[in-house]
Amino acid sequence: MKYMLLIHQGTTPLPGTPEWDELSAEEQGAVYAAYQEINQDPRIVSGERMQEPETATTVRVADGQTLTTDGPFAETKEALGGYFFLEADDLDAAIETAAKVPAARFGGAVEVRPLVAG
Amino acid sequence: MTTLERAYRDERGRVLASLIGFLGDFDLAEEATQEAFAAAAERWPRDGVPGSPGNWLVTTARRRAIDRLRRERVGAEKVRRLASEASDAASVGTDVEEDAMEAATVFPDERLELLFTCCHPALALDAQVALTLRTLGGLTTREIAAAFLVAEPTMSQRLVRAKRKIKAAAIPFRVPPDHLLPERLAAVLAVVYLIFNRGYGGREDLAAEALQLARALAELMPDEPEAHGLLALMLLHHARREARFRDGEIVLLDEQDPRLWDEGEIAAGRDELDRALALRGQGPYVVQAAIASLHVSRPRDWRQIAALYGKLGRLTGSPVVELNRAVAVAEADGPEAGLALCDGLELDGYHYLHSTRAELLRRLGRDREAAAAFGRALELVEDEAERRLLEGRLQNLQPDLME
Repeated sequence: MKYMLLIHQGTTPLPGTPEWDELSAEEQGAVYAAYQEINQDPRIVSGERMQEPETATTVRVADGQTLTTDGPFAETKEALGGYFFLEADDLDAAIETAAKVPAARFGGAVEVRPLVAG
Repeated sequence: MTTLERAYRDERGRVLASLIGFLGDFDLAEEATQEAFAAAAERWPRDGVPGSPGNWLVTTARRRAIDRLRRERVGAEKVRRLASEASDAASVGTDVEEDAMEAATVFPDERLELLFTCCHPALALDAQVALTLRTLGGLTTREIAAAFLVAEPTMSQRLVRAKRKIKAAAIPFRVPPDHLLPERLAAVLAVVYLIFNRGYGGREDLAAEALQLARALAELMPDEPEAHGLLALMLLHHARREARFRDGEIVLLDEQDPRLWDEGEIAAGRDELDRALALRGQGPYVVQAAIASLHVSRPRDWRQIAALYGKLGRLTGSPVVELNRAVAVAEADGPEAGLALCDGLELDGYHYLHSTRAELLRRLGRDREAAAAFGRALELVEDEAERRLLEGRLQNLQPDLME
């Protein structure tokens, strides 16, 4: 079964921000270790890394007119921060992997979405 | 009750669970199970009841499902795989007459797997409850809709969505591995208890259904103290159902007539509690069952009840439990001590806090404050029977206030 894991950063501190610097070295290490574990999991196909949600442009078409707005579709703190694909036996296995993503415990969330087979 | 009716009552859940496990498809499994019972209705009176009705039903339902898949030309590969599994399991070819399938193999009871699937936390709680009642309880969509006061199409849609998600997201059909079990068992127990409480409020059929589920759970997980604890708790509550209402009015536990209690159920509840305690159970359901057992003892040991509420409060961190402890402390050490505990609770929107305070204030002779607290409780209460109870209490106070 193939799943897409969509990572919503929420208030998760990102490297290079003051919030990140407030984390202890131990906490920072744990975040890196978690990502390393995810990257080494053979069941995972990584998505590309995304730039910050602030760099997004949202496009809508109304009456044939293309309307663009600055920023992500969702509120910035709910915006998608990254994604990856996972081949797992079942939903329990996918949930276990999702729970390891640091964003899940730092005020963000991970959405687990099954993919259409085929 | 005919043999067939008994088989339907006793075996339907097992047959359906077995079929869902086999097919991985709830709808097809439900249809095949219905067809198997229809076949039984036709054949058993004519050919006699098979030695093992359950196995006959599972074997028949499997064959019907495979036939249906063949007719609908569902992926030939899948049909071949299922047919071969079916013949492996029952040691018969799929073309053999049902009567010849006096199954050599005993199909394992997979109701527990089904229960864990239905109560998976990836499903909304409403959906968990509905799906459990539909599959293991055997209630119709209409009955479930009526019990939860929603329109039938709404409930039907809820069930369809839940079944679709189980399939689409690959929610597993299994008892979770040890490291997931405590959390997941808690979800299953909560669903069963929720169904019971719905029933305890008046829908006797739901309470009975929940008791059946709890019995099955205790039987399927004989080493799990919380499963016995929940069954004990429910039996001890259920034993008092006749005494809880008089002419449609709520009768408080203190004023209930113990002669209306079901002694058999109390004894059965205590047996289950003993089993849970022998397994060193100390979880929230075991503790609540121990409290329920003390509540049906005369005289009541309020000090022990207070101590157990203290223990339950530490397990759950619930201020409602702390309120119950306050009531027990008031009985053991006087209303003043109980009132002091009430005053620290952040439950201002909870009418029981105010009715409890009112009662304790009344006992202390502080009638004016008691009336104010009853008034606050009346602002918050929603249930009509409870409102009448509170109004009665308030009126009993008023004459004194007039003096």
